[in-house]
Amino acid sequence: MDMKVKKKLGLKERYGLMTRGLGWDTTYQPMDKVFPYDKFEGIKIHDWEKWEDPFRLTMDAYWKYQAEKERKLYAIIDAFAQNNGHLGVTDARYINTLKLFLTGISPLEYMAHRGFAHVGRQMRGVGPRVACQMQAIDEIRHAQTQIHSMSNYNKYYNGLHAPRHMLDRVWYLSVPKSFFDDAITAGPFEWMIAIGFSFEYVLTNLLFVPFVSGAAYNGDMGAMTFGFSAQSDEARHMTLGLECIKFLLEQDPDNLPIVQRWIDKWTWRGTRVLTLVGMMMDYMLPKRVMSWKEAWEIYFEQNGTALFNDLARYGIKVPECVNQTFEDKEHISHQAWATFYQYGAAADFHTWMPKPDEMDWLSEKYPNTFDKYYRPRFEYWAEQHKAGNRFYNNTLPMLCQVCQIPMLFTEPGDPTQICYRETDYKEEKYHFCSDHCKHIFEHEPEKYVQAWLPVHQIYQGNCFPEGTDPTAPGFEPLPAVLEYYHINHGRDNLEYEGSEDQRNFEAWRQQATKN
Amino acid sequence: MSNVFIAFQTNEESRYIVEAILQDNPTAILNEQPAMVKIDVPGSMTIKRATIEEKMGRPFDLQELQIHLITISGHLDETDEEFNLSWNH
Repeated sequence: MDMKVKKKLGLKERYGLMTRGLGWDTTYQPMDKVFPYDKFEGIKIHDWEKWEDPFRLTMDAYWKYQAEKERKLYAIIDAFAQNNGHLGVTDARYINTLKLFLTGISPLEYMAHRGFAHVGRQMRGVGPRVACQMQAIDEIRHAQTQIHSMSNYNKYYNGLHAPRHMLDRVWYLSVPKSFFDDAITAGPFEWMIAIGFSFEYVLTNLLFVPFVSGAAYNGDMGAMTFGFSAQSDEARHMTLGLECIKFLLEQDPDNLPIVQRWIDKWTWRGTRVLTLVGMMMDYMLPKRVMSWKEAWEIYFEQNGTALFNDLARYGIKVPECVNQTFEDKEHISHQAWATFYQYGAAADFHTWMPKPDEMDWLSEKYPNTFDKYYRPRFEYWAEQHKAGNRFYNNTLPMLCQVCQIPMLFTEPGDPTQICYRETDYKEEKYHFCSDHCKHIFEHEPEKYVQAWLPVHQIYQGNCFPEGTDPTAPGFEPLPAVLEYYHINHGRDNLEYEGSEDQRNFEAWRQQATKN
Repeated sequence: MSNVFIAFQTNEESRYIVEAILQDNPTAILNEQPAMVKIDVPGSMTIKRATIEEKMGRPFDLQELQIHLITISGHLDETDEEFNLSWNH
């Protein structure tokens, strides 16, 4: 009997069949009512069919490979927990990076999930809808796997108990939170540029690649695994971001100025948020893979230059803020750590001064700045700590109205002066950390006047537990604010030396190697 | 000319993938870091299914790369036979 062998379809054909022709134009309701958000930003789209996912990933293949990633990940999480993997990390200082990750980054994964689910619904083209749907599922997977991986540390260490509660309240967590809130309250195309392009394509390499490689270097199999498992999805997300920008620029020349402004805005917003990652890499990893400056040069300067050279043919220019980052890369991690060290009483993790050999590493990696501007101050603080005067700053800092970071950055060209900018809007004064944050405000003042600034909120009395009477004699604001944050004063915060985490880790590690 | 790059987790599968890339892209620069490997190539990079299959000794679907991928840079074009990264400048 003759059998007709059907030729297997190629990847392009399979992708075409599985992603196209599945949408339709509505007739009971006008399309503009069904998709109300994809025009008000001024972006013009003529042919949605031109959108293509270069990975050509279809839903069936997506489930297959994601399932494989999950099986690998959970096998490792189990093995890590069963073998007391947490005792294998370099030292317990490392665990503080996980606290910052769990409170500051994992909730953003969840916000990214919500954002892509929302935006996918709002795009009238089927190509981006499929891609957004996959990314929405990826992002909720990231939030879940990060919480699962780090829950093992929560059994043993302080500060990992209330990430969701803290996100909406704790002063420094308003920085990453407001970044995503800003993006998700924008229109669908701005969201795609903010998260899909600026965050995923331009910046996410700095978060996941050198930092997660650093987690592996510090013996943390748990974080390394969720990090790389998440990052394996990021390659797809970056591709979506790049595809999106090319698509917008090719659809209509009128899109160029709108897209350029979003790129300028979100490159700067992302750069500011990544200050936290810089500090994690230079100060919080006991064993360091590379400095923040080196990572910035590889993943932002080299890679970003290649990208912007490529987009130049559409008329896209390198954002002006990039000039400031050339100078900032030598400073921001030190400035951020100095700030957290001072405000260590109000943080959900421990802080410390680098040991002498770690200061030497910083001198070597930052020959232009560390010895000149930061080492003397850090050595002074270390001496003061030794003498029993561990320094804590009890005065609340002024915050930038846009990025919400305390005024800790210095004036371009003068690292000895804090940079302050201000503007008046409707008879109120607003403050900024930089020219770039000021420009962002001036373009959308009605949005940023609504910012929930933690320091203002504390002074207004909105950050105390219910029933607190701040006028009572002897009232101490700090313990009340910490209680409102769900930070356990004396356990989760303050200096690393002498902390419960440090003592437990040392005792348990001793037990693990003796009878 | 700018580099394109790709990074993988280091494991027993990616070992062969990396070998195949180095063979098919003579100007590739290998950079081994903790738990990961990054390969840079000036201008463009081609990953061929046939070469990976030869190294692994089993059939390989290029979409399996997804499992080991960490990051990429450059414009991507993927077919059943090749995974290409390139810059247009």
